[in-house]
Amino acid sequence: MISMGIDIGSITTKAALIKDGALFATQLAHTGYNSKAAGDKIFKQLLAAADLKPSDVRRVVSTGYGRKSVSMADRNVTEITCHGVGARFLDPETRSVIDIGGQDSKVILIDKDGKVIDFAMNDKCAAGTGRFLEVMARALEVDLADFGRMSLEGENPSSISSLCTVFAESEIISLISKGEKRENIIAGIHESIGSRVMAMAGRVGIKGPVMMTGGVAKNIGVIKAFEEKIGETLRVSENAQLTGAIGAALIGA
Amino acid sequence: MAGHGEKEDSKKQRRKIKSVAKMKEIMTTYYIEAKTARETGKKVAWITSGGPVEPLIAMDVIPVYPENHGAMIGASKMGGDLCEKSEQMGYSPDLCSYACADIAAAPINGGPIGGLPEPDMLICCNNICGSVLKWYEIQARHFNAPLFILDTPISHVDFSKEAHDYVRNQIRDYIAFLEKECGKSFDYDRMNDVGRLSIEGQRLWQAVLDTTANRPSPMSAFDAFFHLALIVTLRGTQEATDYYKTLLAEMKTRIKDGIGAVENETYRLLWDNLPIWSKTKWLSEKFSSLNACLVADTYTSAWCGTMKYIDETDFLESMAQAYSRVHLNIGTDQMAETVIEMIDKYHIDGLVVHSNRSCKPYSFGQYDILDIVRKKRGVPGMVIEADMVDERSFSESQVETRIDAFMEMIGAAKPV
Repeated sequence: MISMGIDIGSITTKAALIKDGALFATQLAHTGYNSKAAGDKIFKQLLAAADLKPSDVRRVVSTGYGRKSVSMADRNVTEITCHGVGARFLDPETRSVIDIGGQDSKVILIDKDGKVIDFAMNDKCAAGTGRFLEVMARALEVDLADFGRMSLEGENPSSISSLCTVFAESEIISLISKGEKRENIIAGIHESIGSRVMAMAGRVGIKGPVMMTGGVAKNIGVIKAFEEKIGETLRVSENAQLTGAIGAALIGA
Repeated sequence: MAGHGEKEDSKKQRRKIKSVAKMKEIMTTYYIEAKTARETGKKVAWITSGGPVEPLIAMDVIPVYPENHGAMIGASKMGGDLCEKSEQMGYSPDLCSYACADIAAAPINGGPIGGLPEPDMLICCNNICGSVLKWYEIQARHFNAPLFILDTPISHVDFSKEAHDYVRNQIRDYIAFLEKECGKSFDYDRMNDVGRLSIEGQRLWQAVLDTTANRPSPMSAFDAFFHLALIVTLRGTQEATDYYKTLLAEMKTRIKDGIGAVENETYRLLWDNLPIWSKTKWLSEKFSSLNACLVADTYTSAWCGTMKYIDETDFLESMAQAYSRVHLNIGTDQMAETVIEMIDKYHIDGLVVHSNRSCKPYSFGQYDILDIVRKKRGVPGMVIEADMVDERSFSESQVETRIDAFMEMIGAAKPV
């Protein structure tokens, strides 16, 4: 029995195949402006990569902000539910999930079955999300992939006080002009994301073990910032970015 | 397929509340009377939504509610434009959007009904918030009309004798103010009649709201948001009482016939805070599509929530306490108690909490209330960040994901 999960995020589209309860194949692609086309495309790509025909897939479940535009989906489920199910699959001990994606961040509390008990989501503001990091990387002329490593070299994290992405960017530009080291600025950016997420964590009453999911989990600097604030080690799967897609596929199984 | 469509239509038709037409008629007549008051020689008073309206009715003054106007502006999706205009006038975007929209509408006769009728006087009671003080001062200056302020101290726990005397004395001043502005003496006998009608109206309104304890609920909070208008604007009149008798009878018939506000009602939710006026239709359809009915809310019940303090034989005396202890003028613990009582009474599965950018007194403490409710009743809640009037503060896709996720969570906890 094979099922597929397709997670259309604001920046990246993710897909996962689950075969007989195990992760079988995955795929990543840029979402672009047309989320329906992104869904169609990744469906075909993943089938080709796994050497399967569409009829081999029993069920397709879509998730993510573009979940309602996936034409071949049998069902759509929110990313909050999917991250709960996916996190439990990746590590059954998980009781809280911090998911930071392109345009939103969430803290999700789950039970032993991966069912959502409570969640908090960022408001209508992109501060503290993947998009926020992208804007900062551009302002600093640093490749986003180097952000994590560089921030670990920052000895005195700068203080970034603005809660608004645009104002935080100008704060950073002024820090650059003052000659502040990039490493310190990046470490400061990660700390500011940590503070924002901690507000949500406090609201739902975060419980360990905590897993971090979503694309931003690739950034070791953000993980370190969270760990310092929460006071415990985060669990990060190599498939962190695919958690939502995996959860969706499991719901379809 | 055509047959199926017709069946759907007739089902929809069956679910429609018939009293709506009568309500629209009463409200239209009311606004026409208010707008032609100058010609008919009647006086118009602007009054805050939680203010004591009964003395005005007793003096034949037509009460007009800028907050009701704000709601109409929001429902007509004119809030964003008017709030922008108020910002151009120099008001901060952090201010209450009812105040901003009303202040911006006044000089240009803006909004869906071409502006409110000019006030001969303004009555401002701060039992619902502090913003109304400045809002009414601004409008009193704009229209060069006298302003009466009724200050009701917050009663976190009890209502002290000092607080009672303080408010009671102001009610005496209020009557003196009305006598001066109307040029006639106050008719205490008439006041007793109005007081009785007010209490009767409140009882009937509460009875209407109580019908939603039935499964399926004959109406939803979205219906209550609409039918509320009379208990706010025409409280203390025969028309309001008669109307709620009709509405109550209709609700009872719906219960008898098994007609619910939401088809396949599976989940029963409670709404906290003011409605998001520009999005009530969208939200109502969204929840219906998930088989969820918002059966109760803390907002519409606020206009009958202090009946226990009213003494029918001495309305003026007991009014001090009744008007001081409204839902927005009490402590967070008491607000949470009200919510818990409603959870039990209406069999609630989840709370939908509108964190209203505009309304600080209502939104403050909501996270604590959610915590208390979760601990005491194990009922989960979700938060929608929005604004009652300013549609610029609403993000549809964000809200939709939250609602979907919340209903998935409730559905998983309560399998059908």
